[in-house]
Amino acid sequence: MNRRSQNHSLLIRGGHLIDPAARIDAPMDVLLRDGQVAEVAPPGKTRGSAHDKFDARGLIVAPGFIDLHVHLREPGQSYKESIATGTAAAAAGGFTSVCCMPNTHPVVDSTEWVTWLQQPARGAVVNVFPIAAATKVSKGAALTDYRALQRAGAVAVTDDGRPILGEDIMREALRLAAEINLPVIQHAEDTRMTEHCSMNEGPTAFRLGLRGMKGAAEASIVERDVQLAQQFSGTRLHEAHISTADALKAVRRGKRSKARVTCEVTPHHFTLTDTDIRDYDANFKMNPPLRSAADREAIVVALGDGTIDAIATDHAPHAIHEKMVEFERAAFGITGLETALGLAVTCLHRQHKIPLTRIVELFTAGPTSVVDLRGRGTLARGSHADVTIFDPKKRWTFEGAKSRSKSRNTPFDGWQLTGKVVATIVSGEIVYRAD
Amino acid sequence: MIEAARGSLLGIEHLGREEILRILKLARRMNPRTARPLLRGKRVLLLFYEPSTRTRSSFEMAAKSMGAITTLVLSSGSSIEKGESLVDTGYTLRAVGADVIVVRHPNAGAPALMARNLDIPVINAGDGMHEHPTQALLDAYTILRHRKDLKGLHVAIIGDIFHSRVARSAIHLLSQFGAQLTLCGPPEFLPEVAGTLAPGLHITRTLEDAVRGADVIMLLRVQKERLGGTKISLQDYIARYQMTLGRLKLAKKDAIVMHPGPIIRGLELTWEVADCPQSVIVEEVRNGVPVRMAILARALGKAR
Repeated sequence: MNRRSQNHSLLIRGGHLIDPAARIDAPMDVLLRDGQVAEVAPPGKTRGSAHDKFDARGLIVAPGFIDLHVHLREPGQSYKESIATGTAAAAAGGFTSVCCMPNTHPVVDSTEWVTWLQQPARGAVVNVFPIAAATKVSKGAALTDYRALQRAGAVAVTDDGRPILGEDIMREALRLAAEINLPVIQHAEDTRMTEHCSMNEGPTAFRLGLRGMKGAAEASIVERDVQLAQQFSGTRLHEAHISTADALKAVRRGKRSKARVTCEVTPHHFTLTDTDIRDYDANFKMNPPLRSAADREAIVVALGDGTIDAIATDHAPHAIHEKMVEFERAAFGITGLETALGLAVTCLHRQHKIPLTRIVELFTAGPTSVVDLRGRGTLARGSHADVTIFDPKKRWTFEGAKSRSKSRNTPFDGWQLTGKVVATIVSGEIVYRAD
Repeated sequence: MIEAARGSLLGIEHLGREEILRILKLARRMNPRTARPLLRGKRVLLLFYEPSTRTRSSFEMAAKSMGAITTLVLSSGSSIEKGESLVDTGYTLRAVGADVIVVRHPNAGAPALMARNLDIPVINAGDGMHEHPTQALLDAYTILRHRKDLKGLHVAIIGDIFHSRVARSAIHLLSQFGAQLTLCGPPEFLPEVAGTLAPGLHITRTLEDAVRGADVIMLLRVQKERLGGTKISLQDYIARYQMTLGRLKLAKKDAIVMHPGPIIRGLELTWEVADCPQSVIVEEVRNGVPVRMAILARALGKAR
């Protein structure tokens, strides 16, 4: 980020601050100066002055949201998305930081590409934190150079899009990453059980004549990883996009052990189930697939009880020609950056009565417990001036055609949502403001 | 459910009783040898991404006997081989003048995808493991030539139900009309989840249980290569699930034996069963023509 944040100040006043990391849930003014949080004080009590003021009356002021799981498609697939368009969508969704996945063309398995992703020429409007490949070309055979990748700026390693399947290579990944306190992110899918499958196994798959992925394909890998993580001290295992009740049970067991086990879920998995797949619409096709109602309920419970550490979008843009095809031939994945908060407030807060503080935590302090983003995920004094301001009561309709992403592959087009981002601030600069 | 041009036939599941009865009634008035040229000047496009003998030829016969022009497009030897998408192929066929597209495709939901993007009716001639609605209609037509009513009939469906679009369509149709359905096969071909497809389905692993007292025995083709992925050998399958004259005796005396074809003699049924007086396998093929005449007439707004 190369912003002119020097000598610049912004006072966000009249808002209600929710900063779970600092245990604040109260009316507070926030003064940002020189790219940092200068002061947090009760309404009208900030001592410093500001050039600019932001009237946040009736709004929630929160630490900038962090998305642990996005596909920005660069290098190599800029027809789907670019860092510029993907981060513009992130800003519109209230995200001030995104962690981008390495399954690009080529795979981000070298320091060169990790560096390239962070260069100003990419045109990012929010902070981009690269996640590097855990194995060379994500082939699951030889580990990449974790130390060098971390030095270049990688905040975690993963082979996302595919699992780290081999037990020996996963053990080695966890062991080496532990030495340098680097999280290993797993895409938990035993691909030997999911070949030719395009949705969740169950009555809907049978009715539609589609081959279904067994829930066990996910749970068995999580189970194994949790066992492996306990073999060394200092391991950091993060399970991406958990979608089944059984995998959550394995995560709970992991959390009770001495290993550091974290996990994330996506908004679509807490909102939709496999019965929502209508008319073979490939905008409902993603991996892991939409699961059963029982799985969805287990996810909502786990979001409330702390088993789940973060909401991550798995924003996976695809071009129309990759989706407007036979369901079984369509690409996996949907966009998600601009609908995440609206879905969380609508589904989790309003429908399932999960408090807003917890929802904010899942977007802020939660993600920073998974990856180390120093000085983010909180608005404590001295932190980065990354702020998300939203209206938790605002009703709005999401229009896919107006998305800032290059792609339109969303199942939520036309959805009425409650909870809308009003402004997104990165390093003290407003990078998105709702009209 | 699916946005599709009027007259489309994408599946039995959402077709409705009235519509099914209307098609069957219309089919009874159809005779390929004495048909009036109801579809003169109409262009019926047969788009086949999979091999087919019965469905393809009977659609062609049905269309031509009503005066329509037919054109056949196969996936091999067409632009589909060059990577043209299904929707683009649909646009192309519409542009050359198709009034209706009959499509057979290896992927479930392919006809629905075409229908959603075209303003002409699309008829599903079999899509992946999903549905084969014209087969279910001709089977209902065939049963009703031997029985007065579908209600209360005991129907056994035997074989590889998991992979079968014929089974799914038949189950949707027959259960809607109150037939009592027993599904029979090994777990690999008949997972428990099959029981959720319609209310009141009975599942058994024992052929004798399925056949006992049945009015209709519907056999399905078993692909040898699919047995490869299961725990049972070909010999075991034959021993447990092959329809023989001896087993047929357990059914009602006037029970009929059906099979959507192609039949593999010596696998799912013996030579003798295929040719026995109770077998209506050839009659099914014959009935396919008037039923598909009715479906085409309906698609092109000539059903009255």
